[in-house]
Amino acid sequence: MTDGNEIGGGAPRPLLCVRDLRVQVATADGAKTVLDGLSFDLSPGETVALAGESGSGKSMTALAIMGLLPKPMARIVGGSIRLGEIELTELSETGYRKIRSARIAMVFQEPMTSLNPLMTVERQLCEVLLEHGVCRRSEAPKRALGLLKDVRLTEPERRLGQYPHELSGGMRQRVMIAIALACDAEVLIADEPTTALDVTVQAEILDLIRTLQDEHGTAVLMITHDMGVVAEMADRVIVLRNGRQEEAAPVRELFAAPRTDYAKSLLAAVPRLGTAPARPPVEGHSKIVDVEDLSVRFDLKGGILGRTVARVYAVEGVSFAIREGETLALVGESGCGKSTIGKALLGLVPWEGSIRVDGVQTRGRSRAAMRPVLRNIQMVFQDPGASLDSRMTVGEQVIEPMRVHGLAEGSELEDRAEWLFRRVGLSADMLARYPHEFSGGQRQRVCIARALSLSPKVIVADESVSALDVSVQAQVLELLQELQQEDGLSYLFISHDMAVVEQMADRVMVMRLGQVVEEGARDAVLRNPRHPYTQRLLAAVPVPDPTRPRPPMPDIAGVEEASPIFPVGRGPERIALHELSQGHRVALVAAVTP
Amino acid sequence: MTSYILRRLLESALILLGITFITFVLLYLVPADPARQIAGRSATAETVANIREQLGLNDPIFVQYWRYLSGLFQGDMGRSYLQRAEVATLIAARLPASLLLMVSAIVTELVIGLTIGVVAALRRNRPADHSLMIFSFVAISAPQFVIGILLLYVFAVQLGWFPIGGYGTFAHLVLPSITLGLLGAGWYSRMMRSSMIDVLNQDLVRTARAKGLSKLRIITRHVMPNAILPIIAMIGIDIGLFMSGIVVVESVFGWPGIGQLAWQAIQRIDIPVIMGVTMVSATAIVMGNLLADLVVPLIDPRIKTK
Repeated sequence: MTDGNEIGGGAPRPLLCVRDLRVQVATADGAKTVLDGLSFDLSPGETVALAGESGSGKSMTALAIMGLLPKPMARIVGGSIRLGEIELTELSETGYRKIRSARIAMVFQEPMTSLNPLMTVERQLCEVLLEHGVCRRSEAPKRALGLLKDVRLTEPERRLGQYPHELSGGMRQRVMIAIALACDAEVLIADEPTTALDVTVQAEILDLIRTLQDEHGTAVLMITHDMGVVAEMADRVIVLRNGRQEEAAPVRELFAAPRTDYAKSLLAAVPRLGTAPARPPVEGHSKIVDVEDLSVRFDLKGGILGRTVARVYAVEGVSFAIREGETLALVGESGCGKSTIGKALLGLVPWEGSIRVDGVQTRGRSRAAMRPVLRNIQMVFQDPGASLDSRMTVGEQVIEPMRVHGLAEGSELEDRAEWLFRRVGLSADMLARYPHEFSGGQRQRVCIARALSLSPKVIVADESVSALDVSVQAQVLELLQELQQEDGLSYLFISHDMAVVEQMADRVMVMRLGQVVEEGARDAVLRNPRHPYTQRLLAAVPVPDPTRPRPPMPDIAGVEEASPIFPVGRGPERIALHELSQGHRVALVAAVTP
Repeated sequence: MTSYILRRLLESALILLGITFITFVLLYLVPADPARQIAGRSATAETVANIREQLGLNDPIFVQYWRYLSGLFQGDMGRSYLQRAEVATLIAARLPASLLLMVSAIVTELVIGLTIGVVAALRRNRPADHSLMIFSFVAISAPQFVIGILLLYVFAVQLGWFPIGGYGTFAHLVLPSITLGLLGAGWYSRMMRSSMIDVLNQDLVRTARAKGLSKLRIITRHVMPNAILPIIAMIGIDIGLFMSGIVVVESVFGWPGIGQLAWQAIQRIDIPVIMGVTMVSATAIVMGNLLADLVVPLIDPRIKTK
């Protein structure tokens, strides 16, 4: 699979040379330089990772190389991008069209929105084949099928005729990769290709990219914020910060001995599985949340009279308790029902079973009757930007719950808001500002202040740090732990990120398809997982250490097909949990022997 | 699919039943007396009373309504008070002219509206966009009778390109269609523009560009089909707008359709004809909506008819 780029057995000549690249974006305050003097080479078969936090300019680099910078706001103001003999910065749009996909292809972050919802997979694949004259029209469908087989898509024949909405996120990303590979491009730019996917799917997609790279000798430019992905994929790493290169080094050197302070702090902030310190025991404290046999089901309507034809068994027979000062982590992949449990606790979805918050039964309570319960339980959501009202000052938003619950009046409200702001590490003079004036991490602090305004005993944190950069994430996690130590707060910590869970949790509950498959003390579940599903989840987590390869993931039959939707009257089979040791309970499957 | 259409037809029938009731009650509440209209100004009170008795106007409203409804179920829309003819016959004679005008107006507004919308979106915030949006604003805000008379004056009277009024040839159709379609063209151009801009900013366009496709192909194959989806549902509702427009435009251009029939009937409180025309236009609106809802799943695979 050599492509003539190697000279006499020596070092391969770089395929892509970026030199002193500068990109500016027009803003209301004039031109802002978002990429400042970036230089790097990419050789055939090599993977270079562009790593950095949001706003570091890594996606801008990808778009600049592809000639897809949003016009007219962003433009290249200096430097050069050479692909072989071609200078890309001087290329016309027509010239660029012949390069895109044919020589440089790209895979994007959002497989959900990156495909055209109105076209079948086959048409979207054939389109790119025909555009670049890879094959004749009559051969295109056969070629498309071959591509789907290359990306290891299950049932490729059936997939050809399907539309994107009929595929899962992982399948869609495979289709995106098939499109990117259709013309056997020399360079593949992967812009956060697995960020929107579950961790097990991420592991599969990363494996796939590596395999295809080996088969085709493709040069890969991997853009990611995840140092675990960097460690797993990259040969060399370029750490970006504010559009400048902070450090460039072979991956092992960077992880072993980062030279710059920024790279050091970035690596230090990465949560690593198996490194979290022990947590003090919380046994003996009283139960703040006590859930028994909780089920949440959503009806699917259909037929001539709009009858219920099927049901989504989102949560099925889940029981758990959270003690004072304790953190219970709820983990599992998207659609497993973990967020639904959080919503049920706050009465945001209809549910069956029993939920007691601080001893008070919340079943059958109206919205108004839920109010006193909600003083004790509050929620912090994933996207701090979307969960704040952009037209209200943050101070107003922190005060609002106290006013609604009649906790304080007049100047006392403001005093309390100021106190809360200082509490979460913001200054009191920020109260009069609007959400857009804050960074993502600060906004999440505002959301935490808002949740704390009622002095709740429990906070449901639903993926509360998932959207934040690692350094910011570390700070917010620290804040949550501080609040817990000082006020004895309890958390229901919902997350897909095992390393974060390890830092936060006292106990861990693993969910799959609406039911608990394993639960127990943090160390029991994370360090001695007994259920194959838990083992799979843990094995999929990328290890932020290039010297330690990720262990192979155990296979579970029918993972892709499993669904929590059942016909009316025939729900899922209830899973029975078996107690292995003190508090460590596992669903009984063949692979688990008690 | 069949069960979906059946359910929708059942719903449509219920809606139409509701419309007959509301229209009937409203007409009953009108303070003018149809019998007096029929008898003429010079008729004696006795004659008027006789006519009232003959037409059954003295019966309680629910008796009258029941009589009308049972007639309707047997396909009898009643007899005109003033013209010696069955309402069904009157409508049947004029319906083809109105349908022709309506279809050609829909084609006009879609062609003009969608084209303007696409061009404006591709040239957004540039002079072409601004002038097209001013045009669409004028098209939306100008009353149809003003536009109709203006077009007549310029293109029929001054330039003599088209006949001044009447019905029969393609030339007769042009000015009424444009007059009727211009309002919708204004709406559709604005909706299409914002819908296009919305889709142009979506990730799928970036993917299409990364594939190396030509701009033309990206616009026609990826952007336009996605942009037109929200508009299709609007076309169904739009037929309602047409019905009010048709009354005005048919009068201005002397077009022999049901709009004129309605106009004459309203002036003279010819209740059976008013009821008949209302039923026809209501049916058109309901069917238009049903049609739109059936077309959308053909284009958008995410929407399934259940």
